[in-house]
Amino acid sequence: MAEFQEKYTVLRQEQLADDIFRLSLDAPKIAAAAQPGQFVMVRTGESLDPLLRRPFSIHKVIGETVALLYKVVGKGTRVLTSLGPGDSVDVVGPLGRGFDLDGPGPRCLVGGGMGIAPLYFLARQILQQDTGPNPPILLGARTRAELQVLADEFTELGFVVLTATDDGSLGHHGLVTELLDDILHRVRLVQVCGPVPMMRTVARQCDRARVPCQVSLETHMACGLGACLGCTCPAREGGYKHVCKDGPVLSADEVAWI
Amino acid sequence: MDLSVNIGPLRLQNPVMTASGTFGYGREFAELTDLSRLGAIIVKGISLAPRPGNPPPRIIETACGMLNAIGLENVGVERFLTEKLPWLHQFATPVIVNILGDSVEEYAALAARLNDVEGIAALEVNISCPNVKRGGVAFGTVPETAAEVTRAVRAATSLPLIVKLSPNVTDITLMARAVEGAGADAISLINTLLGMAIDTRSRKPRLANVVGGLSGPAIKPVALRMVWQAAAAVSVPVIGIGGITTTEDALEFLMAGACAIQVGTANFFQPNATTTIVDGLAAYLEQQSLTSISQVVNSLRIDT
Repeated sequence: MAEFQEKYTVLRQEQLADDIFRLSLDAPKIAAAAQPGQFVMVRTGESLDPLLRRPFSIHKVIGETVALLYKVVGKGTRVLTSLGPGDSVDVVGPLGRGFDLDGPGPRCLVGGGMGIAPLYFLARQILQQDTGPNPPILLGARTRAELQVLADEFTELGFVVLTATDDGSLGHHGLVTELLDDILHRVRLVQVCGPVPMMRTVARQCDRARVPCQVSLETHMACGLGACLGCTCPAREGGYKHVCKDGPVLSADEVAWI
Repeated sequence: MDLSVNIGPLRLQNPVMTASGTFGYGREFAELTDLSRLGAIIVKGISLAPRPGNPPPRIIETACGMLNAIGLENVGVERFLTEKLPWLHQFATPVIVNILGDSVEEYAALAARLNDVEGIAALEVNISCPNVKRGGVAFGTVPETAAEVTRAVRAATSLPLIVKLSPNVTDITLMARAVEGAGADAISLINTLLGMAIDTRSRKPRLANVVGGLSGPAIKPVALRMVWQAAAAVSVPVIGIGGITTTEDALEFLMAGACAIQVGTANFFQPNATTTIVDGLAAYLEQQSLTSISQVVNSLRIDT
């Protein structure tokens, strides 16, 4: 697998909601090598505080442009918002194992919050495979403000999008997982990325319906390269999986859901 | 221009090594770093049997540093020898194996197992592990047990022996002298400083293990001071470790008396930190009209 460390020029910094941003980079090598579900490690600045790179899933690859979707959650992501067109940012990637692209169809994608990010890249790839009519994509977030723009982009790709928000301001008032049961009997694979409680629920739903499920995990990570061994998740078979190398996409039944 | 250094019987093309636990088994960095340009590769610490490591969260970032409580996760010596070491044979770069154990006997058994293996240039002994038979007190915090481990490993191998010291002691020179007296060919320091962090919202420790090892630029001044003290206390070569990120950092350790350095946490956020420092040291020699890196070692000037 090809991995690169390079400085890439920022093409665009969009603010999609209060604390949600999208950074587009001119990153031809990563664009050429990346698979949906893979991630990059971004150095947010030259300073030693924050020290470590931050992992971001690859949100979009269009031509030679790579976009990252992120929420401001701390110092690193706050620093990232200060980047504008023409600035450069040091990126390592693409890293990790992505979603299974050759698995059985039809497949249902389920995304929650920032977990929606990698699903756009995946959805575009699915379209290129021409697997016939696709089931709806299920997207959830806290509010309409966080979700509308992203949901519209999936609609523009030609997907039916079912939404859920915590406050009921867009789509179903409740959890996105509550939309899945009606669809499960029609699909042969579920691919999900979002908060752990949501993925655990989806994993259980899929297990009951005997539908294979792939989850994309997020953890603290120092290197992203398999060296620090910091990004562990308990494995069902005992011991641990390393999110950076074994994942970030794992089969839901490889994970010991706690 | 001569960047080569001698660590006891071991000759390195330059003084820049990778610190154990920050560079995997080398291969993890192969696409991002030129492994053939390193002074040596020190691989992730190995125990006799595989270890699963600690539950998550295992790492947390702190100001200019990070805390880790990985729990010495490793594949065990046999899998290391069959799955990890052979890949490194393609490089001329010396491979130094870091070893760890729960008991003096485990250290000795590991050293014996690795003694005749092709492609191992030296052993580095991690004595920061808890001594299970003595209530979990780390070997490296008591001069007598540090010496005991060193003697046992020395007796079990003819490989050059580097003993890696823990900084969590009152007087680092006592530890340095103890392992020198027990047969260490060189000492390396510092391992991580014990620390902790708390999530004030949940009032829980940020690491599942509660405490962990602090590393990164935050610990560099402490490490530099300890290297300076240790280098003055022993006659065996000293290898400086602790927050080294830039060429400037490496030069400071060399000037303080280290004859080589290890880059640790910097590998995580700058995968080519090591080779950048190799280039930087050569550039420094040229700027200063020096011919050998040995002219920098122990060149600290203190006004008297």
